[in-house]
Amino acid sequence: MKKVLLFSAVFFFQTAIASGVYQTPEAFLEKTFSNKLPPVSTIWLDKEKKQAISGFLQHSPTFIRVKYWQQGSKTAWILHEVGKSKPITVGIVIEKGKIQQLKVLTFRESRGWEVKHDFFTQQFDNISLNEELQLSSSIDGISGATLSVRALKKMARVALYLEQQL
Amino acid sequence: MTKVGIKKSTGIAALLCTFAAPQASALSLEELAKRLDALEAQNKHLMTENSQLREAVALTNDKVEAAVSATETIVESTSGIQKLANFADKTSIGGYGELHYNNLSGKGGAKDKDEIDFHRFVLFFGHEFTDDIRFFSELELEHSLSGDGKEGEVELEQAYIDFDLNEQHTARAGLFLLPVGIINETHEPPTFYGTERNPIEKNIIPATWWAAGAGAHGELGAGFSYDAYIHSGLNVGDDFKIRNGRQKVSKAKANDPAATARIKYTGIPGLELAVSAQHQQNMGQGLVAGLDSGNLIETHAIWSTGPFKLKALYAAWDIDGSAVKAAGADQQKGFYVEPSYRLSDKFGVFARFNQWDNKAGSNSGAAKDSEKEQVDFGVNYWPHEDVVIKADYQYQNNDDGKDQNGLNIGLGYQF
Repeated sequence: MKKVLLFSAVFFFQTAIASGVYQTPEAFLEKTFSNKLPPVSTIWLDKEKKQAISGFLQHSPTFIRVKYWQQGSKTAWILHEVGKSKPITVGIVIEKGKIQQLKVLTFRESRGWEVKHDFFTQQFDNISLNEELQLSSSIDGISGATLSVRALKKMARVALYLEQQL
Repeated sequence: MTKVGIKKSTGIAALLCTFAAPQASALSLEELAKRLDALEAQNKHLMTENSQLREAVALTNDKVEAAVSATETIVESTSGIQKLANFADKTSIGGYGELHYNNLSGKGGAKDKDEIDFHRFVLFFGHEFTDDIRFFSELELEHSLSGDGKEGEVELEQAYIDFDLNEQHTARAGLFLLPVGIINETHEPPTFYGTERNPIEKNIIPATWWAAGAGAHGELGAGFSYDAYIHSGLNVGDDFKIRNGRQKVSKAKANDPAATARIKYTGIPGLELAVSAQHQQNMGQGLVAGLDSGNLIETHAIWSTGPFKLKALYAAWDIDGSAVKAAGADQQKGFYVEPSYRLSDKFGVFARFNQWDNKAGSNSGAAKDSEKEQVDFGVNYWPHEDVVIKADYQYQNNDDGKDQNGLNIGLGYQF
């Protein structure tokens, strides 16, 4: 009986950071820039950028500027987008117009947990924007997680587009 | 040559001096000092102005920062009123719906079907009590009108509470969709091909299928996830039709419970493999003589790569009992295979082969010629990612010769 209890305790009550948070934006940035965090910069959405981003998101953005961190040709972006009902936060690192890393930092949706894992997000590695401002290669989805996958693809396009505008 | 060169340059320098000297002497030292003073004063003034400007810019930056933060907070909360914002933050509303038009002609004794129907109008309501405790519900109006003698029904299809035990595991209790098949849990019209849902998941599984109970779901690592529930059972009548056995948790007979478990693998993007197993302690809640326990096995695979997608599903019942065996309904099974191709963001085409038999246990009497076959092919058009227009053709080849063939057109949405 004791063994069963111990097993249940280990199984269900492993320590974890705040529910749904996989990495804080601060930790993500520190890791990206090897603890030498460059100062934060801001890109403002003018009419043209707002229009382009509305096209990617299929709704108007709720933000009027985006913060980013730049070191040489490397930029890091923290973006949020709602999947089904909860905002998903991702960190995106771009180098020379290509995604170097896309990481899900916060995920609170009840479906689509697969998208937060590396086996899914690795598909974004080395992806850029083509002339039609679409992702340069297709991302294989997860059935039952359509909305979460869609949110990640949208954020990847927004980050790549804004990086082109710098 | 070198000597001459030096002499030349010395000469030029001397000449320059003679020309420059009178000009320099035109400005007196006094004037120069005055000019310097003026410049110094101007410089001082500019420096003061510059530092004032810097301060002003810094202040403006702070103001902009504060204004933008405030605006974003207001925008994100969807309302300026904090109380409303808190509610909106914790409560989510969504929905989907589908309008169907069927133009089918019957042959071999099957009826014609010329019908337009707002098949489903669904609203979702969710509420997050805390980060770890959530409520979710789905309220559906089927066939647009309900009441005595009306075609439709108002149904509560989901109303459950999820309790996160930790990052990987969540306990669930209430009224929920059973984890069986592809469409039962994910059935928003823009997510699947074909106006009507496939006949296997309608007649064998039977989607939409919900029950009241409790259990858990979560991740096992390496791309595996699980679901396991104990819940209310079916109440199949003496016609042994699975679909009619759904009690919909409406004062449902609860003499004999059931259990469902599923293992799913989604560890490779584009691939889903799943197996569900269910045990019904008594398919008729002990109310039908000769109808005892039953087991359902369902397995499916979804493979998508680029624009191509393939879905395949198999489901089979094995039911105990003398009466159900005599009717040939002790075995009920079916499968479908559905390849599809996404031509663009807006267009996709599909084909589906379905075969099923609700009396596969025998080949004589009423169970003779009970196998049914249907081929569907058609197109989905998404004018927006959440809105879909569907058109497809269905062709049946049933063993009893009663076929319904023709066109289905649908309009669907989700938000």
